[in-house]
Amino acid sequence: MKTIKELEEIRKKTLDVVNQRKDRTTTRIVVGMATCGIAAGARPVLLAIMDEVSKLGLSDVIVAQTGCIGLCRLEPIVEVIKPGEEKVTYIKMTPEKARRIVKEHVVEGKVVDEYVMHVVDGKVLNDYSVQND
Amino acid sequence: MAFYRSQVLVCGGTGCTSSESMVILENLKNEIKKHGIENEIEVVRTGCFGLCELGPIVIVYPEGAFYSKVKPEDLPELVEEHLVKGRILKRLVYHEAMEDDRIKSLNNFGFYKKQYRVALRNCGVIDPENIDEYIAFDGYKALEKVLTEMTPEEVVKVVKESGLRGRGGGGFPTGLKWELTAKEKADQKYIICNADEGDPGAFMDRSVLEGDPHSVLEAMAIGGYAIGASKGFIYVRAEYPIAVQRLEVAIKQAREYGLLGDDILGTGFSFDIELRLGSGAFVCGEETALMQSIEGRRGMPVPKPPFPAQSGLWKKPTVINNVETYANIPAIILNGSQWFRSIGTEKSSGTKVFALGGKITNTGLVEIPMGTTLREIIFEIGGGIPKGKKFKAVQTGGPSGGCIAAQHLDTPIEYDTLIALGSMMGSGGMIVMDEDNCMVDVARFFLDFTRDESCGKCTPCRIGTKRMLEILEKITQGKGTLEDIDKLEELAKEIKASALCGLGQTAPNPVLSTLKYFRDEYIAHVVDKKCPAGVCKALMRYTIVDNVCKKCGICAKACPVGAITGKVKEHFEINQDKCVKCGACMEKCPFKAIIKK
Ligand SMILES: Cc1cc2nc3c(=O)[nH]c(=O)nc-3n(C[C@H](O)[C@H](O)[C@H](O)COP(=O)(O)O)c2cc1C
Ligand code: SF4
Ligand code: SF4
Ligand code: SF4
Ligand code: FES
Ligand code: FES
Repeated sequence: MKTIKELEEIRKKTLDVVNQRKDRTTTRIVVGMATCGIAAGARPVLLAIMDEVSKLGLSDVIVAQTGCIGLCRLEPIVEVIKPGEEKVTYIKMTPEKARRIVKEHVVEGKVVDEYVMHVVDGKVLNDYSVQND
Repeated sequence: MAFYRSQVLVCGGTGCTSSESMVILENLKNEIKKHGIENEIEVVRTGCFGLCELGPIVIVYPEGAFYSKVKPEDLPELVEEHLVKGRILKRLVYHEAMEDDRIKSLNNFGFYKKQYRVALRNCGVIDPENIDEYIAFDGYKALEKVLTEMTPEEVVKVVKESGLRGRGGGGFPTGLKWELTAKEKADQKYIICNADEGDPGAFMDRSVLEGDPHSVLEAMAIGGYAIGASKGFIYVRAEYPIAVQRLEVAIKQAREYGLLGDDILGTGFSFDIELRLGSGAFVCGEETALMQSIEGRRGMPVPKPPFPAQSGLWKKPTVINNVETYANIPAIILNGSQWFRSIGTEKSSGTKVFALGGKITNTGLVEIPMGTTLREIIFEIGGGIPKGKKFKAVQTGGPSGGCIAAQHLDTPIEYDTLIALGSMMGSGGMIVMDEDNCMVDVARFFLDFTRDESCGKCTPCRIGTKRMLEILEKITQGKGTLEDIDKLEELAKEIKASALCGLGQTAPNPVLSTLKYFRDEYIAHVVDKKCPAGVCKALMRYTIVDNVCKKCGICAKACPVGAITGKVKEHFEINQDKCVKCGACMEKCPFKAIIKK
């Protein structure tokens, strides 16, 4: 059983891991894993990220799942929060794309622009449906 | 898959096509070939971006350069500058897109701007299977505060003063419910969380349970302390396997930390929670039926009074609240009732989560302060109606709610305003309909649902919904009369007044509200035998427009039932008695000579 004091310690200790602010020390990769995310293929994405992280032997990276982000139609959604930087939201992920993000963004520090959500006038632009036949 | 260094998207939506985007597509491909880079650059035709007034639109990735109002004569320069030399052609880039052309964090996106997250505060932020992360965001701090600093009466008082009303549909004041139950004297009391969520199209509660299960556990423990209950049940539908699993994990972790179980945090207060899986009948979401089901009986409503506060689960005083109602509680305890009252309106404080669906650009989950207008939700947060179609109505409250027409789009969302419009808040399903939706068919859809889900205990609902459905089907088949419309209205009012439980009492709402706002559509079906939206198959006719038809005979080959007869180069006709209205001919005709009306 935990005491109130112990809860407060957990609170302090975990806050750095979870908070979305810039003063954190680890990189956090978050995958939306509610029903719609999973239906859109979030699980293979999560597994690919974990696999890539362990393959590259990254230690200061936390891979976490989270609940509904609210934009089901853009799932799977992956967010990368690096220390000292703004959160970057990637949409419509696949395992391959996610591996690229781990390699290029998390390791080399280059945001993979192609997969970042683009918005003009409140409309998402890379939410297109391909119509080539 | 080939690897292209760059992708050029050309919008092929109706808006842009009418502003010559197809010419641009062709010229673009030619220009690219001219430079011999066709193997490096992929040209993609896409659906509408929703910015038709700026069309034709061309977007180049990976830069995400957004070119608007592109003309065919711009293309040589565009290809040369951007695709060959890699320099963005500033003169064509849409001005708004220049600085802020890319959203790094979802939180800055317009979709979130008008939202205010209380119930969903942790969803999408914390790992729901890690209790430490919940604790890090002040989780279980409200329980701590309640157990160490507040009396049960004070807890009830804060909830009462916050003005929180039930988010499960009815909008009953939560504090009052807690107060009534707390006053009862009994050896045992219960706290129940209603996570049945049977409204088709709704998934607010599921998202809370999947994204932030501990907030519900914490709130139930707070409720237990406030009313003097030591036992709680969460009644969750078995069709929510992820929610069930996350709840199981959460309960286990909370027990390990001593946040559930005996002597919580060493304060002497004991409280534990059990899960009960529901079979998914809609009526089991009704509170009395739900309690019957937990007791192991068939889930059927029983008459009220007595109310659960006096005689609920196993005849003991019981508080039953909805998932989202609970999710608000810890935030209210920590931030105070005045804070909660400062959000929303006088009579409906706080926020409400809606599941946006139907004909809307941004489908998904939104949480807005009460008092936000329907227009703001649909057009600003929801991004409006796709494909440039016209808004027709919005359905709230699911099978118990109604359709609200365009003239009421500026109504602020509150419990009472929605009821005044003939709909209701419901649990938060919000389905948007456009000009292609037939309102008679919509009413039929919901009535079909309630007829199916009626438990059959009382006659008005069992027989009445069946009769209403029969009439609606008759109308959609073009066999209805004006008397049928009157009969439908009469039946609806009778069922509303005499059904035993909320299911029957609200089942006629979809019919009554569509009759109120779209009576002309009903009349078109029975008098003109036409379905203005072109949905009701029986009322549709496919015909060949003879002067457009090139007599090629392709349609006749496409027809699966041989309804099209004629001779090549002479004349073709559709035999209406044989036609099954499959639309195959219309799709296949290369000259758009077949029309549907
Ligand atoms: C047919 C019917 C279905 C219902 N389904 C649900 C449901 O799925 N979830 C829910 O929370 N309330 C549902 N309710 C409302 C409950 O009876 C009850 O009012 C509610 O759980 C009380 O919680 P609240 O005050 O927090 O909203 C339903 C009511 C009726 C009549
Ligand atoms: S109104 Fe319908 S669902 Fe409710 S008790 Fe009567 S028959 Fe059953
Ligand atoms: S709609 Fe279908 S059944 Fe009717 S004529 Fe066309 S192809 Fe034949
Ligand atoms: S396919 Fe079109 S053009 Fe050809 S015969 Fe049929 S209606 Fe006429
Ligand atoms: S459930 Fe995935 S974003 Fe809503
Ligand atoms: S048709 Fe192109 S943006 Fe709408």
